[in-house]
Amino acid sequence: MSKDQPIAIELAKKQRDIGVAEFFARNRHLLGFDNKRKALLTTIKEAVDNSLDACEEASILPEITIEVIDMQNERFRVIVEDNGPGIVKKQIPMIFARLLYGSKFFKLSQSRGQQGIGISASVLYGQLTTGRPAKITSKIDPKHPAHYYELHINTHNNKPEIQKEEIIEWKKEHGTKVEIDLEGNYQGGSQSVDQYLKQTAIVNPHVTIIYTNPKAEQIIFPRATEELPKHPQEIKPHPYGIELGVLVKMLRMTENRTLQSFLTNEFSRVGAGTAKQICENSALLPTTKPKQMTREIAEKLIEGIKKTKIIAPPTDCISPIGAELLEKGLRKEINAEFYCATTRPPAVYRGNPFIIEAGIAYGGEQNAEGTVNVLRFANRVPLLYQQSAGSIFKSITSTNWRQYGLSQSNGAIPQGPMTVAVHIASVWVPFTSESKEAIAHYPEIIKEMKLALQECGRKLSIYIHKKRHIQAESKKRSYIETYIPHVSEALKELIGLKATEEEKVQKMLKQILEKTRGKLEKIGIDNPDYDEELAKIGKDTEENKIGEQNE
Amino acid sequence: MSKVVTQIKDIAKKVHSKILHKKAPELKMPLRALSNVKYDPKDGYFEIIGKFKIRALTAGTVKTFAQTLRMMALSKNLIETNDIATKREAYYVSKNWKEAAFNIQPESDTVMDDVESMMMVNREQIGFIPEEKGGEIAGKLLVLDKDPDTKKVIKIDCTKMGSGAYSVPSSVEDLKFETNAKFILAIETAGMFQRLVKHKYWKKANCILISLGGVPTRACRRFIRRLSENKKLPVFAFTDGDPYGFANIYRTLKVGSGNAAHINKFFCVPEAKFIGITPQDIIEYKLPTHPLKEVDIKRIKDALKNDPFILHHKEWQKALKQMVQMKVRAEQQALAKWGLNYVIEKYLPQKLKNPKSWLP
Repeated sequence: MSKDQPIAIELAKKQRDIGVAEFFARNRHLLGFDNKRKALLTTIKEAVDNSLDACEEASILPEITIEVIDMQNERFRVIVEDNGPGIVKKQIPMIFARLLYGSKFFKLSQSRGQQGIGISASVLYGQLTTGRPAKITSKIDPKHPAHYYELHINTHNNKPEIQKEEIIEWKKEHGTKVEIDLEGNYQGGSQSVDQYLKQTAIVNPHVTIIYTNPKAEQIIFPRATEELPKHPQEIKPHPYGIELGVLVKMLRMTENRTLQSFLTNEFSRVGAGTAKQICENSALLPTTKPKQMTREIAEKLIEGIKKTKIIAPPTDCISPIGAELLEKGLRKEINAEFYCATTRPPAVYRGNPFIIEAGIAYGGEQNAEGTVNVLRFANRVPLLYQQSAGSIFKSITSTNWRQYGLSQSNGAIPQGPMTVAVHIASVWVPFTSESKEAIAHYPEIIKEMKLALQECGRKLSIYIHKKRHIQAESKKRSYIETYIPHVSEALKELIGLKATEEEKVQKMLKQILEKTRGKLEKIGIDNPDYDEELAKIGKDTEENKIGEQNE
Repeated sequence: MSKVVTQIKDIAKKVHSKILHKKAPELKMPLRALSNVKYDPKDGYFEIIGKFKIRALTAGTVKTFAQTLRMMALSKNLIETNDIATKREAYYVSKNWKEAAFNIQPESDTVMDDVESMMMVNREQIGFIPEEKGGEIAGKLLVLDKDPDTKKVIKIDCTKMGSGAYSVPSSVEDLKFETNAKFILAIETAGMFQRLVKHKYWKKANCILISLGGVPTRACRRFIRRLSENKKLPVFAFTDGDPYGFANIYRTLKVGSGNAAHINKFFCVPEAKFIGITPQDIIEYKLPTHPLKEVDIKRIKDALKNDPFILHHKEWQKALKQMVQMKVRAEQQALAKWGLNYVIEKYLPQKLKNPKSWLP
C-alpha cells in the first residue's frame, strides 16, 4: 500500500453497490432457504401462496396442482400449476426473475404474499444450486396464446435474463405454471411439504389441491366449499401506522397538490376536518405543496399525526376463516372429544387492522403426555418453522391454562392432549423476517391472541370439569359396586339369607344406589368429520423423528 | 339366645326389608359426642340426651355401611361361640373382607364403637375387649379374682407388690375387694405414682394408690367406681396442673366422655374430687411453670364453651379462666422443687386436710 495516499482512497476502491440479488444469494437463510429441507418447502410455499392470491383476487375457485419429482442426488423438480388469471407476457420475467418486484408491497390488503420476494427468491435459489433456469408458462385467456419462458436472474443488477421465450399450445383456459429445479431434501414430519399442504387445505376449504409427492403418490385435498372467502378490500394506510421513510416516499410520489388533499386522498379515515386538524397540530399550512416538503417537515407532520385523534382504520377489509370453518378444519384433522373456535372482533396495531382467530381440539386420540400441539396460520398460510419465536407462541405461554384444567409450568407451553390453532388475518402481517415464519411481538396482537385463547380456554374448562365430574362419578359407581356384595354377605351371615335371596339383595341395592344418582352422561369421541387418511398425511414417522432437526 | 344377638338380628332384618322395598337402608346409632350428653350432678355423670346419627346407604357411606354390618356379623358370631376378640384382633379379622377390610385400626375401633352404641351396651357384651392397658394399683387393697381354669379364688395383696404394682384387668365386673383404707388417690403420671409407691405413701396415709396413665380407660374407671362404691371410699384425683389434666383426665374419670355417651353411667366415678394441682396451687406453692401452648388455650376455650361438666361448675370455670390469665401450667413433679419428698410430707397432707382447696 502506498504511504502517500490516504487509506480511505484505497478502501474506497472496494466500496460499491451491493446487488439486491447478490445480497440475498449470500443471505439465503433470511428468505427461508437455510437448509435443503426447508428450501424445498419454501419454494412450494411461495408458488402456492402466489397462486392462491392470484385466484382469489380474480374470484376464481383455486385448483392447484403440485408435483415434486425426485431427480436423484438431492435434486428435485417442483412444478406448481394453477387455474388463476395468468400473467401478461411482459410481466412474466419481472415477476419471476426480479427480487422485490410485485404488487402486494404497495397496497394494504390481506394477501398471502406481501413483499415481492418469495417466488423470485425460489428462482434464484434454484439457479444457484442447479444452474438451471426457471420455466414459466402462463395464459390469460382462451383467446390468447400461452407464453413460455426460461428465466435466470442476473445477480449483479437484479434483472431477468431470458434464456428462452416462445409461444406454445396449452389446453388450459387460463393459469400459470412454474417449474423450478433445486437442491432439496424431502422428509415427512411436522415441517414437511405434506404437512404444509394439508394445513393449507384445512384453512382454505375453498381450494382443491392435487399433490404428487416424490414417491409418486398422489394426494388430493378436494375443496370442502364452493364459496370463495369474502374478497379482502384494499385499504389506504392509516396515519397512525405510517413511518417516516414511507411518508417521505409518498409525499414525493403523490399527485395531490396540497397537503390537505394529500392527507384526505392518500390515507384512510382522514376527512377534511381531520386533515385540517393534522395540519394545525403539525404547524403546517394545508396548502403546503407535498413535493416540496423536506424530511424535517415530514417529521413535523408525523408528530402532528400523533397528536391528532383519528378513528381506527376500517376493518371490513379483512376476511377471517370463520370460527365454524376453523373448527371444522380441526375436526377433519384431529379425532378429539371437544372442539371450539372463536373469531375476535377486528383490532388495530400500528394503524393496521387485524383479526385473530383461535381454535382448540381437546382429548380423544391425542397424546396426553407432553406439550400441546400448536398450529399457526397467518393470512391462511400455515407457519411451520420457528414455532417458539413468534407472538402466537408467546400468547400461548403467557396465558394461564392451569385455570382451564391443563397443567403448565410457569411461562411454558401447557401440557395435555390438545391442539391449539391460532390465525392472524391482517392487511399487513408483521413477520419477524422475510422468510415469514414468526409474527412480531406487537402488544396489541398478543393481547388479542390471548383474549381469543382465553375465550376457548373458558369453554374448554367447562368441558374438562364436566369430564372430571363424570369420571369421578363413574369411579364412585364402581366403588359402590365393589361394596354391594359385602352388604349382602354380611346380611347372609346375620340373618341366614339363601343364595338367591343374597342375589336379590345385590340387585336391589344396585337399583337403589343408581336411582339416587341418576343416569351417567356419556363422553368420548363423537366426530363424524374426522378424516383418518387426511390426519395421517405429514405425521411424524419414527425414522423422521430421529433425523429431524427443527430450525 | 342372648339379648344382644336378638338386637343385632332385628337391625339386620330391618335393613334387609328396606332393601327389598327398594328403599335405602339406614343404621341408627346414638351420637357419640359431647353435644349429645347433659350433666346433672344428681346423676353424677354425662347422660345421653338422645341425639342420633343416621348412616344411610349412599355412594359415600357404602363402604362403612358394609363394614358396620360385617362388624355386627362378627359380633354375633363371637357371642354365639362364647368367644371374645380384642380390638386389634377384630381389626385383623377384617383383613379377610377383601375390599371392605379396614386400613388402620382406628377405623375398625370407630365402627366397633358404633356397633356398641347401637346396642346401647358395653363392648364386652358384644364380644370385644380392649387390649388397652390402664390402671396400676398399690396400697391397702386385697383384690379377689378367679383362676381362669379352676375358677378358684385368688387373693391379690396390693401391699405386696414390692416396687411394682397390680394391673387393672380388662374386665373388672367380677372382682371383689377387701380393704381398710381411708381413701383412693388417683394419680395422673406414672412418675408421681412411682415416687409415692417407693416411699410407701399408701402405708403412711392409709390409702390405695392408682396410676391412671393419662385419660383413664373404661376398665380403670369401672374398677375405681366399683371399689369406691363397694367400700364407701372417697376418691381424690391428683393430676398435672394443665387443661388436659382438668378437662380430659379428671372430667372423664368423674363423669365419662362424649365418645362413650351411651355407657357413661357405668364408667364414671361421680364421687371423685380434684385435689390438685389447681391453678391456685401454682401460685401458693410457687411452682415452676411452663407457658400455656396454643393447644392448651384452645382446650380451655373449648371446655368453657362446650363441656357440660365445666359449664355446670362455676369453680371450674373460675379455675380455667384463672389459668388463661396466668398463661402457665405446672406438672405434678414440679413439687420436687421444694425437695423430692415434699409432695409426701407437705403437699398431699396439706391438700387432703383442706377441702376448700379442692375443685368439684
